[in-house]
Amino acid sequence: MIDFSVLLTNSLAQLVGTSAVFYALLALGLNVHFGYTGLLNFGQIGFALVGGYGMGIAVTRFGFPLWGGVLFGMACGAALGVLLGIPTLRLRADYLAIVTIAAAEILRLVTRSTSQTDLTGGTQGLTGYADAFTAANPFDRPEYSYLGVGFVRTELWAICAGWTAVALCVLLLWLIVRSPWGRVLKAIREDEDAARALGKNVFAYKIQSLVLGGVMGALGGIFYALSVQSLTPDFWSPPQTFFAYCALILGGAGRVLGPVIGAMLFWAFLSFADGLLRQATGGTDPLIGFIDTQDVGAIRFVLVGIFLVLLMVYRPQGIFGNRREMTLDAR
Amino acid sequence: MRPPGRGRPGDPGPPRRPVRLLLTILIPAAALLGLAAPALAGAVVPAVTQETIPVDGTLRNADGTFLSGVTVEALDSGGRQVDQTRTDAQGRWELAVPAAGTYTFRIDPESLPPGTELLQGEVTRDIAEDRLSVVIFRFGEEGEGLDTSTASQVLRLLVDGIRFGLVIAITAVGLSLIFGTTGLTNFSHGEIVTIGAVLAWTVNVTLGVQLIWATLIAIVLGAGFGALNELGLWRPLRRRRVGLIAQLVVSIGLGIALRYAVLIFFGGRSEPFVDYTSQIARSYGPIALTDKDLTTIIVSIAVMIGIALLLQRTRIGKAMRAVADNRDLAASSGIDVDRVVLFVWMLGGGLATLGGVLFALSELSSTVYWEMGFRLLLLMFAGVILGGLGTAYGALLGCLIVGVVVQLSTLVLPVDLKYMGGLAVLIVILVFRPQGLLGSRARIG
Repeated sequence: MIDFSVLLTNSLAQLVGTSAVFYALLALGLNVHFGYTGLLNFGQIGFALVGGYGMGIAVTRFGFPLWGGVLFGMACGAALGVLLGIPTLRLRADYLAIVTIAAAEILRLVTRSTSQTDLTGGTQGLTGYADAFTAANPFDRPEYSYLGVGFVRTELWAICAGWTAVALCVLLLWLIVRSPWGRVLKAIREDEDAARALGKNVFAYKIQSLVLGGVMGALGGIFYALSVQSLTPDFWSPPQTFFAYCALILGGAGRVLGPVIGAMLFWAFLSFADGLLRQATGGTDPLIGFIDTQDVGAIRFVLVGIFLVLLMVYRPQGIFGNRREMTLDAR
Repeated sequence: MRPPGRGRPGDPGPPRRPVRLLLTILIPAAALLGLAAPALAGAVVPAVTQETIPVDGTLRNADGTFLSGVTVEALDSGGRQVDQTRTDAQGRWELAVPAAGTYTFRIDPESLPPGTELLQGEVTRDIAEDRLSVVIFRFGEEGEGLDTSTASQVLRLLVDGIRFGLVIAITAVGLSLIFGTTGLTNFSHGEIVTIGAVLAWTVNVTLGVQLIWATLIAIVLGAGFGALNELGLWRPLRRRRVGLIAQLVVSIGLGIALRYAVLIFFGGRSEPFVDYTSQIARSYGPIALTDKDLTTIIVSIAVMIGIALLLQRTRIGKAMRAVADNRDLAASSGIDVDRVVLFVWMLGGGLATLGGVLFALSELSSTVYWEMGFRLLLLMFAGVILGGLGTAYGALLGCLIVGVVVQLSTLVLPVDLKYMGGLAVLIVILVFRPQGLLGSRARIG
């Protein structure tokens, strides 16, 4: 039989869990790029990678304090935005997509290369940068429980820190998209030539947008690195960006809270589907006998893929978006 | 681990007139696949969701016989033994390593049957959770000793690069033509490559058809799969006037779904073909090539010439170029654009299948693996953009350059960074010549 109470509490935990925070930060950055400026960045995981590794390397190899490492990681995200923007932002949208995904793969290949072991730890990964973060944990009981959902103290600390970062980013975005600067970004998304005709330096605005969203992506990477306390290169692979896109489009691109709600629902849904499939296929008398429990992980991703296709075709504006505003078209 | 090949992703679409035309190009080329085989073997691939990572392989002697009862052990980077096993009657061994990292795999020479010559009995390798690596132990006599001077090394890498570039080009022509005729940047093209190779593997291993014929059957099925893509998804989307960027995101979703569907049906290991699993390099003057590498080069060149003739001489080829050049003008001058696009999809599907088999044979030591196409996708994009998006000849030229750069970069870069060179070329070309080598200025927007 299927135990729905377990499924629901697990999904509730995922609603606010570390994965939701990570993808919310990535998707917030993508929202700046794609939702407001119309830039197709498919290498957001690369920004997260330089954020996480930037912090890890600064702390473990160069003896930065943790806050210095965090700032350094964010600066790395900004620098990557400038570096990627200069060659690609004058080109059509799909070039940027391909170049950013290629750049993210280059970064992953470099960090996992054994030749870089002294710096990045190679395939062994990097640990030992998060001690200051662990030490600052204000929660002293081993476990906390809210609404029937239990959290370990380290997880709770990571979640609190993470949602604070998300809240700050949301606040910043909320202020910024109402400013004249934000209105220029939207104008670029709607009609780049019109914005240029009004005397706006479109290229500079695009670079600024790429940098701002990239720093949010880097924050996501920093948060992930702190919450799992170890960095392994193969985590930072292209599908992570696609999942962040799923979250963004589900919530609604071009809306301040869209990516946050999207990331929460996306992971709650994924966890629910996962738990349901595991319960239905596992045990002595499985409900669905023809699927192996070990295939569940893969089935979950098939569902994600189909979900993304259906969402794009039938409701590209997501839950909160405005269809007229989000035409999602290339020029 | 499940037995692979239970299902066959992709259903052949209805064969239509263009199929025959396609086959006339591909058959003579693929019939050139003539190969021979002796020693070596083995592959590793980890499953995605397991705690320990399985590593396996097969031991075969130089004469092709399986070596049973041989002790194989895995040592971690500190030299501690993490696992040990003996090969079964089919020479197969499987070990489990506890986590991703660097391990040394070693054969105990004492346990080998008397008279077996061990060339390389110790292999050190990075084992990662989601990545193909191959553990090969070599037996028998050393082949023609390779000259290791820089000039001959460059020559060898150059030939290897041309071979790799041709394989990328075969798979990427479809990608470029689909972009040219429909404007779709298809991120699921890598999955067509994987599915094509998996189809060939299924026909070859499960149905027991010799690989050359299996490849031909798979090409037909792959063309059908391309048609299914077009008829089942992309044509309806164009009818709905879904924008190009939205289509791009749809292709990403489709790619994820197909990739993991292959994982479910095919499994997370790399599985070898029955034929041509191992070959010894023959020397041709200063270079040495295995028969399958040589065949890959010849087949690829023949197919490329076939494509060029198709584009230049046939009605459908001219129609393809016309649609790519100006869709509306082509339509108004009486070309059935939908039919041309369908043909392009079938051509692309068939070529991606052939490319997938050649990629598996020449680059993955004759094994098929669920993520192979996705790994190739970025290099395809690099080649296609380098040459000029939407042009068939540009795709060929760009992919050749990418292949050569990838292989030559191993002279200066560590081997595990070799794909980086190909991707870096992509970024560099966009700075200096964004329309690509053969692209027209109008395309960059």
